[in-house]
Amino acid sequence: MARYIIRRLLQAIPLLLIISVVLFVLMNAMGDPLASFGGRRRIRSSDRERLTRQLGLDKPIAVQYAVWLIGNDWMDIDLDDDGVPDTKGTRLGILRGDWGQSFMEKRPVSEIIAERLPNTLMLMLTTEVVILVFSLFIGIYSAIRQYSLFDHVFTGLSFIGYSMPIFWLALIMMFVFAVYFKKWGLPYFPTVGMYDLAVGKTIPQVVWHMVLPVTTMSIMSIAGYSRFIRANMLEVIGQDYIRTARSKGLPERVILLGHALKNASLPLVTIVGMDLPILLGGAVVTESIFAWPGMGRLFWNAAQDTDIPVLMGVLTLISIAVVMFQIITDITYTFLDPRIRYD
Amino acid sequence: MAVAEATAETQAAVSERRAWTPTQMAWRRFRRHKMAMFGACLLILIVLYVIGGSLVYSEKYANRNDLSITLSPPSREHPFGTDGTGRDILARTIYGGQISIIIGVCAVIVSVIVGVLVGSIAGYYGGPIDAVLMRFTEAMFNIPQLFLLILLSKLLSGKVPTFKLLGRSFSGSVIVIIVVIGLTSWMYLARIVRATYLSLKEQEFVTAARCIGTPNSFIIFRHILPNSMASVIVSGTLGVAAAILNEAYVSFLGVGVQAPTATWGNMLDQAYHHLESEPWMWIFPGLFILLTVLSINFLGDGLRDALDPKTRI
Repeated sequence: MARYIIRRLLQAIPLLLIISVVLFVLMNAMGDPLASFGGRRRIRSSDRERLTRQLGLDKPIAVQYAVWLIGNDWMDIDLDDDGVPDTKGTRLGILRGDWGQSFMEKRPVSEIIAERLPNTLMLMLTTEVVILVFSLFIGIYSAIRQYSLFDHVFTGLSFIGYSMPIFWLALIMMFVFAVYFKKWGLPYFPTVGMYDLAVGKTIPQVVWHMVLPVTTMSIMSIAGYSRFIRANMLEVIGQDYIRTARSKGLPERVILLGHALKNASLPLVTIVGMDLPILLGGAVVTESIFAWPGMGRLFWNAAQDTDIPVLMGVLTLISIAVVMFQIITDITYTFLDPRIRYD
Repeated sequence: MAVAEATAETQAAVSERRAWTPTQMAWRRFRRHKMAMFGACLLILIVLYVIGGSLVYSEKYANRNDLSITLSPPSREHPFGTDGTGRDILARTIYGGQISIIIGVCAVIVSVIVGVLVGSIAGYYGGPIDAVLMRFTEAMFNIPQLFLLILLSKLLSGKVPTFKLLGRSFSGSVIVIIVVIGLTSWMYLARIVRATYLSLKEQEFVTAARCIGTPNSFIIFRHILPNSMASVIVSGTLGVAAAILNEAYVSFLGVGVQAPTATWGNMLDQAYHHLESEPWMWIFPGLFILLTVLSINFLGDGLRDALDPKTRI
């Protein structure tokens, strides 16, 4: 097992390098990062030249990538354009924990991400829990009552659920639960932000502001998840060992939850393992609609400003998480299903 | 006479007992699939709407600004109301629908071409080619699609000029979005196709073809590829639905297809500002996206059950 884990970790290194190269090339082809540097003011061409040099944007892309990866404190750079490299580089590179400086905010990317990540995790983990609770219930119930009214209704609803653009659902939610509830004099939900500025960042405020985004995202994913659980449950319920369990007189509850669900949830581990790292990236669309200060919105704003260090930071973080979670998922599998051996 | 009748009867009996071809069996399974038939009918209605509608309303009318009637609610003259520059929303859902569906279909064509090429080359040749291609596929797979879509559409936006086709002018961003969606959604297909090649390339019929000197390209595309057609068709169909949704996402964020060319997605990009007072501006385009994607998903689900009865979700 230990050998397997080490092999997987070693394999992850080239994969992450490829991902980072692909991303880096994409980003640098994306446009002029200096275009929105001065805000509304246009930057003078002398300033532009100086900034380009300072940020190292005049170097070939391979050099820029090397600086991003391993830093430039081992070489001298020519800041004043007199042809003589005279200043020592200060970047450490991402391998040594230096995520770079944001072009727009002029502060470390790691600091910005550290600010946003908790907000996103709070939102997304809550959503994931809501999704799992509801979809397990719906999925199992529609599997044991296959072709019942409940099953048909939820099959139909789940198709509608994952055929809907999420922003449209968000708009409908806002329209009903904020606009109309307000009109009808009911307690209505806030639509933007994390807390009311007048009240401050208190727990009830944040929870209250989370209701609509969490509901919106849950509805979308419950649709897919519950179908998936239903299909897996149906497959397992048809197996011989379930018949054996029935014939030896076990109570139905034990059969369903102890025997069937345990096996049916194996594929679920894969799906959750695939979704969890993506949660780190937040939800670009949902977070922008509900103005939630999370990673998705950070990414979207950085994309608009071509803030390459921030974009690279966010995407690198997600990629590392995706690759690591794949390994964790595979290892979890061996514990859940002893038939699987990797050695 | 009697003899002739008897022969006809036997013939009828024989043809009744005749073995079904796989296509006929698939078609029978598909026809019995209620949801798939519902999806097919709904989709035909939507296509009739976007094609037939263009006979009633001209594209010029759909793109015409009339500042005297901005943001007017649904009325007899404008059944779906008008938008922020006084354009008729009904006419725009017709032309927007055409573009959205074209984008969905073309993006899938791009992704099928890339996916099938990568998958078959990797699967057939194996070895280092396979290793390199699959590492790249995996790398692309690991980056969430929406992030890639945003980056790529921003990268390519404004690079393609407005072009004319069949007497209509289209914003170049249509091409950009087709390419971008196609290039970010081929990875799944590449894996499926590769798996088919891995399992089939050692079989006798491939060895036989090699022995008689069949060129590699012929083996790849004529002998092995047809075996993965079922999964290509199914994932291609579902891909159209996903592509329409993806177009809506990038256009909603404002990096998708640019005005005046309408799509269901970019009709919604100002929706947020009209949430409260002009709900007709976002309800109708969103409803069309929902119905179209829904019908394609039903259709794809039915196709999977019909063509590929082994795999089920």
